[in-house]
Amino acid sequence: MKEALTERLMDAVVSYEVEDAVRAAKEALEAGVDPVGAIENGLARGLRIVGDKFGAGEVFLPELMIAVEAMKQAMAVLEPAIAGRAIKQKPKGKVLIGTMEGDIHDIGKSIVSAMLTVAGFEVIDLGVDVPVEKFIAKAREVQPDFIGLSSLMTTTMLGMENVVKALAKEDLRKKVKVIIGGAPTSSEWAEQIGADGHAGDAMEAVEVTERLLRTREDSP
Amino acid sequence: MFKSSLSGKPLLQLISEDEVKRIHVASMKLLEEIGVIIHNERALKLLDASGIDVDFKQKLARIPQHIVKEALVKAPSTIRLYSRDGKHDRLLDGNKVTYNPGSAAMFFLDHKTGERRRPVTKDLIDLVRLTDSLENVQAQSTALVISDVPQEIADRCRLPIVLKNSSKPIVTGAFSIDGLYDMRRMLQIVAGGEKELARKPMAIFDTCPSAPLKWSEITCQNLIDCAKSHIPAEIIPMPQLGATGPVTLAGSLVQHNAEFLSGLVMAELTNPGAPVIYGGSPTTLDMRYGTARLGAIETMMLDCSYAQIGKFYGLPTHAYLGLSDTKVVDAQAGFESGIAVVLGALAGINVISGPGMLNFENCQSLEKLVIDDAICGMALRLAEGVKVDDATLAIDLIRKVGPGGAYLAEKHTLDWFRKEQLLPSELVDRVEWKAWKAAGSKNITQRARESVEKSLREHHPEPLPSDVEKDLDGLVKSILEKHK
Repeated sequence: MKEALTERLMDAVVSYEVEDAVRAAKEALEAGVDPVGAIENGLARGLRIVGDKFGAGEVFLPELMIAVEAMKQAMAVLEPAIAGRAIKQKPKGKVLIGTMEGDIHDIGKSIVSAMLTVAGFEVIDLGVDVPVEKFIAKAREVQPDFIGLSSLMTTTMLGMENVVKALAKEDLRKKVKVIIGGAPTSSEWAEQIGADGHAGDAMEAVEVTERLLRTREDSP
Repeated sequence: MFKSSLSGKPLLQLISEDEVKRIHVASMKLLEEIGVIIHNERALKLLDASGIDVDFKQKLARIPQHIVKEALVKAPSTIRLYSRDGKHDRLLDGNKVTYNPGSAAMFFLDHKTGERRRPVTKDLIDLVRLTDSLENVQAQSTALVISDVPQEIADRCRLPIVLKNSSKPIVTGAFSIDGLYDMRRMLQIVAGGEKELARKPMAIFDTCPSAPLKWSEITCQNLIDCAKSHIPAEIIPMPQLGATGPVTLAGSLVQHNAEFLSGLVMAELTNPGAPVIYGGSPTTLDMRYGTARLGAIETMMLDCSYAQIGKFYGLPTHAYLGLSDTKVVDAQAGFESGIAVVLGALAGINVISGPGMLNFENCQSLEKLVIDDAICGMALRLAEGVKVDDATLAIDLIRKVGPGGAYLAEKHTLDWFRKEQLLPSELVDRVEWKAWKAAGSKNITQRARESVEKSLREHHPEPLPSDVEKDLDGLVKSILEKHK
């Protein structure tokens, strides 16, 4: 019974059924299934399968996005029951992400959020039109390993530099790697403003984040 | 229902008249029931004062159908775009097409080194002078975001370069509220004053809502300011199929049209009779890479379809066509741009922005620009269609030449060949094999590079009158000083 429910959680993610995932999560709690196991052996396993299929070119972004959504919504049901208990498979790292102030473009950033989630990162998405202060306040609160800044407009791209500067001022800069992305941005711009990385698309965003994670782990 | 000055239907129609009406009705309902979010207090107040249901907290305006209909009646159906020498005016009307380079590229593919890099002022000067020399790209655009000026004023620093190096009309846009004010002053200097510019607009400004159903503060203010000054505004919805618009073409058309109509209402409430162009820059989201693509066939199909709706309203139309998603000037650049440029001409879209552009809309190439000019020439010829009358049927001539005869030395051939045949420049390979080999076995990209260099060397655009240039330089200097 308990195993069947964990299976169902995985199946719901793999078959892109958001409501099923939520329902299975509720039933799992009622049946006394260990929520940590339900996440690790159910939801996360399902998402890995979808991620692999995406990598192999068998499924595409709509499947990936819905699988992530199913996982997120089911997690929201399970998480309160965990209440401080440690999850064995910790996320690879914590990413705070958002679109710059003055910019209300959502989709590119949301794809990056989903891809990072699939890759095993914990993503805190601040949404769009995010002022510098909000990035900083949230960074102080959640202590992320990475901050992702997105911008589709040349004008809002200029604000990225202010985030990097504000992080330095708040003494957070050394703890956080800053990765930028969006149509007008470039590696040169990242270098110019002192960001740690630039991603041309969502796939590269994951690569850059993983690469920076490795250099971080390598350094003493 | 609406005025229509259109001279005949376009040759290409992807949706039926009933389908156009169905989309129109759906968009009207959407605007009335769901509404649009407008991040601009002044616009919301304007709409509120006009009896539109505005929720200031949510910044949401639900626009009733009768107000949209009134706006549709007020907007002019033709726009004359003036050139500073009077020789390159363009009439946006009926199915007449005007091509102009794709705009606001962050990168430039250097024709000398083949390297992609950030553009500088000199690159924009070259691009503008080259465009001035082209036969089929009849308008200019502020095509490059140059990197050697303060970036917060990069928008307005482009316009004086275009004004000084070409007499053709301009498609442009601002990235900020102040940007438009500065650019308007530049245009007024060249036009000879505020009233003169309103009477004889030389430039169109792009204003883009943010799909789905949202207007940002800047672009909304740009639209209102254009309307106020009687400067033509291109309203450019940009649904991304499957991402910021429904993945179905019909669904994105409904949304696209609703976004356009919301802009039209704001413009016509600001200043009844304000010139507005029904534009767009839809993209297809590639479901593997998450990239927005302009070379996708669905993107072009959406362009041609919304243009039909624009024509149904009796408004001038615009689209981004002739751009390619490839990174270098290759066969993909040729076929994506070629198909799009031809479709746009067949659809009778009045302003077509795109030539020269690579990598979505991120990189301009002068080689591609001259190749696209040749494509535009073919498309314009195609749009002229097949002329059938007594003279062209040439029955008497066929009788005269008779079986086994020849036409080359006939007067009829002499009289008609220039009208009937497009003679492309030497860029297009039409020679015999041995002649091609003797000329160095070059492909079109190599020939395009030579053509670019030759035009830049030999073409001399009409300069601005020296007093006007002095005033313009003075203004630019004061803007630069303010932003040091």
